[in-house]
Amino acid sequence: MPDREITKAMKRFLGFVKKEFLHIFRDFRTLIILFGIPAAQILLFGYVVSNDIKNAGVAFLDLSKDEITQKISDKICSSGFFTRTENLLTYNDIDKVLRKSKTKAVFVFEKNFGHNLISEGKATLSIIADGSEPNMATLITNYATAIIADFNRELAGTMVSQNLIVQPEVRMFYNPALKGHFMFVPGVITLIMILICALMTSVTITREKEFGTMEVLLVSPLKPVQIILGKVTPYFLLSFINIIVILLLSWLVFGLPVKGNLFLLLAECMLYILMSLSLGILISIISKTMQQAIFISMIGMMLPTILLSGFIFPIENMPKIYGWISAVLPPRYFIVIIKNIMIKGTGFLYVWKETLILITFTLAFIGLSIRNFKIRLQ
Amino acid sequence: MTVNTVISVRNLVKKFGNFTANDDLSFEVYEGEIFGFLGANGAGKTTAVRILSGLSEPTSGEVIVAGYNAKKQPEQIKKNIGYMCQKFSLYEDLTVKENIMLYGGIYGMKKALIRERTDLLLDKLNFRKYGERLIADLPLGLRQKLAFSVAVLHEPKIVFLDEPTSGVDPITRRQFWEMIYEAAGMGITVFVTTHYMDEAEYCDRISIMSEGKIVALDTPADLKRQYNAGSVEEVFVKIARPGNN
Repeated sequence: MPDREITKAMKRFLGFVKKEFLHIFRDFRTLIILFGIPAAQILLFGYVVSNDIKNAGVAFLDLSKDEITQKISDKICSSGFFTRTENLLTYNDIDKVLRKSKTKAVFVFEKNFGHNLISEGKATLSIIADGSEPNMATLITNYATAIIADFNRELAGTMVSQNLIVQPEVRMFYNPALKGHFMFVPGVITLIMILICALMTSVTITREKEFGTMEVLLVSPLKPVQIILGKVTPYFLLSFINIIVILLLSWLVFGLPVKGNLFLLLAECMLYILMSLSLGILISIISKTMQQAIFISMIGMMLPTILLSGFIFPIENMPKIYGWISAVLPPRYFIVIIKNIMIKGTGFLYVWKETLILITFTLAFIGLSIRNFKIRLQ
Repeated sequence: MTVNTVISVRNLVKKFGNFTANDDLSFEVYEGEIFGFLGANGAGKTTAVRILSGLSEPTSGEVIVAGYNAKKQPEQIKKNIGYMCQKFSLYEDLTVKENIMLYGGIYGMKKALIRERTDLLLDKLNFRKYGERLIADLPLGLRQKLAFSVAVLHEPKIVFLDEPTSGVDPITRRQFWEMIYEAAGMGITVFVTTHYMDEAEYCDRISIMSEGKIVALDTPADLKRQYNAGSVEEVFVKIARPGNN
């Protein structure tokens, strides 16, 4: 092809890409999905789905009412994690107060608590938590246990008692929030990219088919490859910007740095975007209508990504059959890559296998797309 | 020889599996004429148009459009034709001017030329005030006229119109045909499919398709004479149901 032809083809292509950007920026819903959802997800996961507790309501049933129980309950309430909601009088009140749901747990001091502790070196404090919120209940018991352990230590320091066992690993429960952020940022990036790339591209391509504009484009001098590339280029750029925004947000708002090589991380992200885009193209070629494309992307990709990719639930704990399904989900491998680079700070040597798998997926999707596209054009 | 042939079809066959959509079509279309392609729904008109415009490959036969072979050089054909299909083909979320700019750009026109023709076109259609409006805000008739203007913006040798007037009111249809005449006057060959028989009267020559075959091809006047009919519609009914003579 002579140079002039190439510049002409390039101009055609750029005009087409510009039109695609116009589509995106004119559609309010597209913009929200593109930029609103990622930011909202990060902030939501960061603040709401945090593993931290703050001022959780607790009640006390003090059957001993001595100096030591007073000290312990004050210590619990002054920790900042708990607020006293009520002081109960009998066991019967426990059920009532938990039902009101303002109180998440009840601390019960046995009769003669102080006496037992000093004379026998041992006293029982029961923590009764609201099991209908399992995460909260676990957190509360962990925090409370840690506070008690701390109290034990103080006690041991002043009264020299050998019976008091201090468990040092409880300490880490004081600072689980950071760990929580580490877990969700890679997951959100994985999810968002599938959402934007696969869902949005498949919808935008099927939209042209449904409206009949695809036919006009195919009759024009634009080659099918140019049309497809023109459709996905804006999404590639915007997805990449999105990843950078997410990384910046998690760094600035939650103080989460990228431990490994930033360029390696970005390169892997690009590969993952490419994979998702080629998946989106494949979906758009298989489906005839926008609804079909949305359905395949949502049910076929979004849900499995959330549930089976190891984003929330560890794959190791799944029944075998889910493990097998998860093995054919590309996001699963990307999660491993991004967690390794972001959190563990490992290099390419530790993620080359997953990278290879992602490349294979990408090539397979592109290959299948080309084959199916030709069949359609016949 | 004063007439130039711009479309030449010899023994065109198109099969989808066992179904023969186009069965041994042969015809020629001359430069500057309005060629009507008539037939009931499912007679194979759209399939033929898709082959002629390089969208779809013929199973066998020779198809030459604007001097290029449809099987071997579909890309060359695409550069020399305009196309407007049944479905509406402009982008509703782009303005009138943006749509024109887009299609002009796709056909490799220079920006200055596109602007110049856009102004001409908007003036001609009395459209000037709509230039910055989104297509979605325009009534259907205007959109359809605009779609046609866009299809011939790059002054192609041939323009294919696949049922361009379906769903349009009679007045707009009339205006639409005036635009077709004007394009033909400029030397653009117009290849139009329709199932409105009254529209067929406006064509220089028409071919009538039935079940994948061309069953009649001539000027409307000659066809009426041959079949002893008062209108093309009557001709069509006589051909479609020969037993009712």
